[in-house]
Amino acid sequence: MKNPISNLQKVFESRIRLGIMSALMVNDTLDFNALKELLELTDGNLASHLKALEQQEIIVVSKQFVGRKPSTTYQATDLGKNLFRQHLAALEELIGNQ
Amino acid sequence: MKTNSSNPKEDIQAIREIMERSSKFLSLSGLSGVFAGVCALIGAAFAWLVVLGSGSVHYDEYLCSVGASPFNQIIINLGIDALIVLVAAILGAFYFSYRKAQKSAQKLWTSSTRRLLGHLFIPLVSGGIFVLILVFRNNIDLVASAMLIFYGLSLVNAGKFTLGEIHYLGLTEIALGILAGIFVHHGLLFWVLGFGVMHIIYGTVMYYRHER
Repeated sequence: MKNPISNLQKVFESRIRLGIMSALMVNDTLDFNALKELLELTDGNLASHLKALEQQEIIVVSKQFVGRKPSTTYQATDLGKNLFRQHLAALEELIGNQ
Repeated sequence: MKTNSSNPKEDIQAIREIMERSSKFLSLSGLSGVFAGVCALIGAAFAWLVVLGSGSVHYDEYLCSVGASPFNQIIINLGIDALIVLVAAILGAFYFSYRKAQKSAQKLWTSSTRRLLGHLFIPLVSGGIFVLILVFRNNIDLVASAMLIFYGLSLVNAGKFTLGEIHYLGLTEIALGILAGIFVHHGLLFWVLGFGVMHIIYGTVMYYRHER
């Protein structure tokens, strides 16, 4: 049998990135403040993890203006969703094997 | 929040918890349902005892026979009564949900709250306008039925974004609304069942399931 660990995604090893991705799996888009409140993180900490996810093309960022205020929203890419599902399946398999 | 994960079980729990918290409004308190139910019962008792003279005037037949103008005193009194019940119930819902949110250190006004209210209010406001149309066109006998059905549809629509019981409360209200339409002369009775008794029952169930 294939070792499930090989399906674990290194990028989701961080609980924070796992959290960001969990939220983006069930919400089409979320803005920075919504993620910040949800995960109870500081601006800098959240921003650095979002940047890492963006660089790996797991999420996409779009900036627009709501009235005069800039608003940044985040969305999971198809690639990101697939990787997340693989990661989740691997986690479940690991639990099953224990 | 832990930075690195090593335990797959904990990871899955965290995923589930964040998915639920980010997509559902979980601060809804069962007590707000109980409070709304009590308000509805008091309002209905007032309507029955004071406005309708203890049933000495059967409400729909009487109202239809008074007829010519929708602005007669009885309809105005019933309208004011209903409005007070509505405002009290909404204030109660906010108060008890605020308390529940504080207790679990959650924010009350989040994107899931806004989404819940959006999905709740679209059918609810349409229903409210439709009920006003019924009143102005003197179709008073169908008001209880329309209120229950539209309220039920609003709850079913909003149920996806909050505690699961709301979905079933919505279905119950729709069923009662249809019955109220069939047994048109017992509108007030179904109104009391739907807005009073059901709120108290479901509110109590929600309180014991999620807040104890």
